[in-house]
Amino acid sequence: MTGLSFDPAAAVLWIPAASALLLAALPDYRLTARLNIVASLATFVAALSLFLIDRPPPGAYLLVDDLNIVFIVLNTFVGFTTSIFSAGYIAHELETGRLTPVYLRFYHAMYQTMMFGMNLAFVSNNIGLMWVAVEVATLTTVLMVGIYRTHAALEAAWKYFILGSVGIAFALFGTILVYMAARPIVGEGPDAMVWTVLVGQTAKFDPALLNVAFVFLLLGYGTKVGLAPLHAWLPDAHAEGPTPISAVLSGLLLNVALYALLRFKILLAASPGAIAPGPLMVTMGLISVVFAAFMLYRRRDIKRLFAYSSIEHMGIIVFAFGMGGPLANFAGLLHMVMHSLTKSAIFFAVGHISQIKGTQRIARIRGLTVTHPALGWGLVVGVVAIAGLPPLGIFMSEFLVVSSTFARQPLLALVLVFGILVAFGALILRLTNVAFGEPRGSKAPADASYLPMFAHLALVLIAGIYFPGPLVDWFQHVARLLG
Amino acid sequence: MQLHSLAFDVSHTLAGGLVLISFLMLYQDRLYSLLNVFALHAVVLALSVAWQAFIQDAPHLYVTAAIALVFKAIIIPVALHRIVQRLGIHRDIEAAVGIGPTMLAGMGLVALSMVLMLRVTPEADPLAREDLAFALSVVLLGLLVMVTRRNAVSQVVGFMSLENGLVLAATGAKGMPLVVEISVAFSILIAFIVIGIFLFRIRERFDSVDVSTLDDFRGERR
Repeated sequence: MTGLSFDPAAAVLWIPAASALLLAALPDYRLTARLNIVASLATFVAALSLFLIDRPPPGAYLLVDDLNIVFIVLNTFVGFTTSIFSAGYIAHELETGRLTPVYLRFYHAMYQTMMFGMNLAFVSNNIGLMWVAVEVATLTTVLMVGIYRTHAALEAAWKYFILGSVGIAFALFGTILVYMAARPIVGEGPDAMVWTVLVGQTAKFDPALLNVAFVFLLLGYGTKVGLAPLHAWLPDAHAEGPTPISAVLSGLLLNVALYALLRFKILLAASPGAIAPGPLMVTMGLISVVFAAFMLYRRRDIKRLFAYSSIEHMGIIVFAFGMGGPLANFAGLLHMVMHSLTKSAIFFAVGHISQIKGTQRIARIRGLTVTHPALGWGLVVGVVAIAGLPPLGIFMSEFLVVSSTFARQPLLALVLVFGILVAFGALILRLTNVAFGEPRGSKAPADASYLPMFAHLALVLIAGIYFPGPLVDWFQHVARLLG
Repeated sequence: MQLHSLAFDVSHTLAGGLVLISFLMLYQDRLYSLLNVFALHAVVLALSVAWQAFIQDAPHLYVTAAIALVFKAIIIPVALHRIVQRLGIHRDIEAAVGIGPTMLAGMGLVALSMVLMLRVTPEADPLAREDLAFALSVVLLGLLVMVTRRNAVSQVVGFMSLENGLVLAATGAKGMPLVVEISVAFSILIAFIVIGIFLFRIRERFDSVDVSTLDDFRGERR
């Protein structure tokens, strides 16, 4: 490959990496906020061009295939829209003095470093490199969660740090075990960590070792996905950090860990002697759904409420992938995309709302549709979508998950439906409190950028009504890859 | 057993030594002594990694050994010593669970990892196999230290000993790529944690670095 040719897989890495350095060096926060948007847009365009350009053959470190393109495009798109939201959000934080220009410099540099880490995790073909990338993404988000330096923020960051580190440690042990399993067959050295090499020869690996490896990987990356009972870091991290980070955590970082899990699931599925990874994932998914659904009722903090809702939805997604088969995988992928878009849109709304009201307590927020119609109705649409009502996209994907499960395991489907309904009740209950009724709290006009929120919601609505044929084909193709 | 028996015995002894030192860590009830035991842990790890570098003829592993020796056995314990001194928390560690049950749990975990790893790896070469079993024991004991302590400094020590177990596993897996990179990545992580504790206290003036008091600040519990 000549130096002149454009390699989008490398571009989604070097654009964020270079901009992180640049943003760390520039002092003016207005300029850096704009540069952050430009860099995120450039990364998104580079990701889109992955569709158009002939893919390079999988290398020792980087890989572009049909599966990770979906993740990369989603990741860079939400990264881009969040950067627009973030520009408005931080300007307000600066006015109120919660953040200082020095921290903003740090914040923007970290934002791009995080995008770099996540993109690297998606394109890496080496399971060791993937692990390092997930760690980079985790570290940067830890730093951003603690950026307000309040008691609560530091506690959340500390908890996230410790639990995340233990998760990462388990994932590394699992990775080492996979290498140990591969070594006798593939031979020593870097090849035995290259995913595309591994997946072709998994059938010959020692299945017992693979089983143990998968358990560690499930525990490790599962902590980062936020599966119950390993979810304890997630609500705190969402509630105490800046809202753009909550949006990115829910919308993107959970997907990164999920993606890592899926890669190993494909490995395991290729080995006939190994345990089926499905039942393990189904169990953890169901526990997360039911647990999070009940926890939703006791939430008093609006960001925590939606953090638990993220646990619920990650549970549904992991459940769907655990069920496996073309239909359930299709539903899982669709649900993941819809959840990312909807949940980040909700956090965009919640971010502006909590800034206007000066609080995150649900009890102090009332009558939003009266005082702030755009934000209020945006939140209503978002919550209606996340609760799974038609005609929005999540209804379709949840319907697919449930119906494909009913055909195979009616009992599991009943549990799943129960969890979804319980969560539905909690969300609608809280929504009516927050959105309608006598207005309470500040009525100051919102200085908000509505574009990212409504763009996401529009996409979710369109996907719920009409899902374009080529995309369906693509998703079905990926679903078959997932086995 | 003839040709590689010395190589086998030495690495076996060092890995076993790590498990033993992890046990020592379980019942230290003063922060200073815990830090000293951890420094010893890191020294043994460095020796073990250096020995692996020698017998596997893998010079890059010497870098990992050097990191373990300089960073984990010297810099971090000294830094933590300072922090403990400055915070004035060199009193007893409030162990959440008593020493007796903790030791029993530790033995159970070691037995578990032996049974698990030795059973699933009958075909792997004995060196790597027992190394892995020891490494898993160290990892689980590190986790136990983290679970039974409520003090932030001792939780970090627990995490670092857990991480030592991972380095042991990674270096024992012959020819594993990226070991050096991974150990560097981990060192950065730990450096961040330690700096974090430092800032935690200096900037925010918590009354204690006892994690259980932090729980009270949580948004939802009033």
